[in-house]
Amino acid sequence: MTEAEASRRSPGMSPGRARRLAFHRRQRRRSLLIGAASSIVVFGTVTLVVVNSSGWEQVRQSFFSWEDFQASFPDILSGFGRNVRIFLIAEVFILVVSLLLAVIRSSRSPVLTPLRLAATAYVDLIRGIPTIILLFLLGFGVPALRLQGVPNSQEFWAVTTLVISYSAYVAEVYRAGIDSVHASQTAAARSLGLSSAQSMRWVVLPQAVRRVIPPLLNDFVALQKDSALLALLGVQEAFRRAQIYVAGTFNFTAYLAAALLFLILTIPLARYTDYLIRRQRERVGGTSL
Amino acid sequence: MKRYIALIAVLGLALAACATEGGGDGGGGSCEKEDLTLVQEGVLTIGTDEPSFPPWFDFDGGPETGTGFESAVAYAVAEELGFTPEEVEWVVVPFNNSFAPGEKDFDFDINQISITEEREEAVDFSDGYYNVNQALLGFTDSEIASATTIEDLKAYRLGAQVGTTSLDFITDEIQPETEPLVYDTNADAKAAFDAGQLDGLVLDLPTAFFVSAVEIEGSSVIAQFPASADDPEQFGMLFEEGNPLRDCVNEALANIDLDAIQQEWLSDVVDAPIIETG
Repeated sequence: MTEAEASRRSPGMSPGRARRLAFHRRQRRRSLLIGAASSIVVFGTVTLVVVNSSGWEQVRQSFFSWEDFQASFPDILSGFGRNVRIFLIAEVFILVVSLLLAVIRSSRSPVLTPLRLAATAYVDLIRGIPTIILLFLLGFGVPALRLQGVPNSQEFWAVTTLVISYSAYVAEVYRAGIDSVHASQTAAARSLGLSSAQSMRWVVLPQAVRRVIPPLLNDFVALQKDSALLALLGVQEAFRRAQIYVAGTFNFTAYLAAALLFLILTIPLARYTDYLIRRQRERVGGTSL
Repeated sequence: MKRYIALIAVLGLALAACATEGGGDGGGGSCEKEDLTLVQEGVLTIGTDEPSFPPWFDFDGGPETGTGFESAVAYAVAEELGFTPEEVEWVVVPFNNSFAPGEKDFDFDINQISITEEREEAVDFSDGYYNVNQALLGFTDSEIASATTIEDLKAYRLGAQVGTTSLDFITDEIQPETEPLVYDTNADAKAAFDAGQLDGLVLDLPTAFFVSAVEIEGSSVIAQFPASADDPEQFGMLFEEGNPLRDCVNEALANIDLDAIQQEWLSDVVDAPIIETG
């Protein structure tokens, strides 16, 4: 876009500003070009070095074999459906449970002290326990009690474990959001006659939640990957299907096929998270949070 | 023979490093202790998984006690090769790593590893030291206990450890209607079985016997599945591919009285109902 075009599109703009804008645009294009060129040089060199190293043929056969990819992919893909199902179900519960935990921890009411203590203890305790230990405790341990009415489905216990574990993390994310809403907001809401619960619901939470959407998505990506823990309880999800294939062939391509499926979901989500963060920064602009 | 060992890290970009190494010395026919090719000078390094279970090993004391069939066989072979028990060192090798291709940090691995064609492409095996039957473990008072044919078993939820011939047996021979459950270790599979998440667990027969007798109350060996007589499933000691030590171990195996050792440690593995396959 030329200077003249710019001033035509925004008629109110002074010629000086239009010139500045055009200059910035040129600069931006230039750095884009340089960035592209340097990326091509760097990645191209690395690729050449890797492909020409003497171990590459073995690496290619063992990790990037097209035949093994084709042979293993359909099974892995159908197993991946189970991963998707459990992380979607888990995410819904995580968002609800952790919000409750965060609100309880952020409440000031003296009556709620025991609940607040319990919520704090929960977060401290659960965040400190490796998810895999929780999974074995719940997934094998609880059904072994053979209590009446306690389900023994692997999916049930995998989802439960993920919800318990992730809720503790996500509650802290929410709480950071709640804390980031300035106290004057609550004060203003209270002075308008809202109860403290109402000001939390209608004034604080809407602002808090919007601010923490990027970190929430970040945790969602982590959750998607942890859905592979389901395999440890015996279920043939994507990773286990890949492992069965590898155990029979010693070809590791199947693991990459499984990884690819996770990437197809997580990379767009990561890019979207970046986009949200950028947009938020632009919207907030110079004013402090 | 030249061998390339490729190490790779895939992290967005792939970096490949490579090194070359001389293979085994080849030839070297002597099985005198001084002439053996060993990972560690003067010591026989033997691998097995941890924890190791009876009747193959002693659960509490570990493999170095000489207790259990495989521990006893290992020490008998060591003695035959000229090593005192003190000159035997044990290293931990997870089951599924044992038969992966590549360099090994043990002279041989003994861990109920069945000799299969696929595995033989990546590693070498000694002659078989035990003919093994697969077996089905179930709760005595459950429905599966009344099964008498392979057909009867198809309706149940079965499980096994990943990468095992037990899992192959479920998939290839039983072909159940419900997808089998697959675990990282036998210990996990037993936990799931104990928790009622499985109707039946497929194990090798001696292990199944031990589990039913000692570990899981109320369970029993529902059936054993004899492999065909001309192509029995055998446990073998596992070697890095091309390791010349194998011939010496085979010689030692031929000289020791395997039947007597078997009698001592696996004698109660006698009669479980037989279900013919195929």
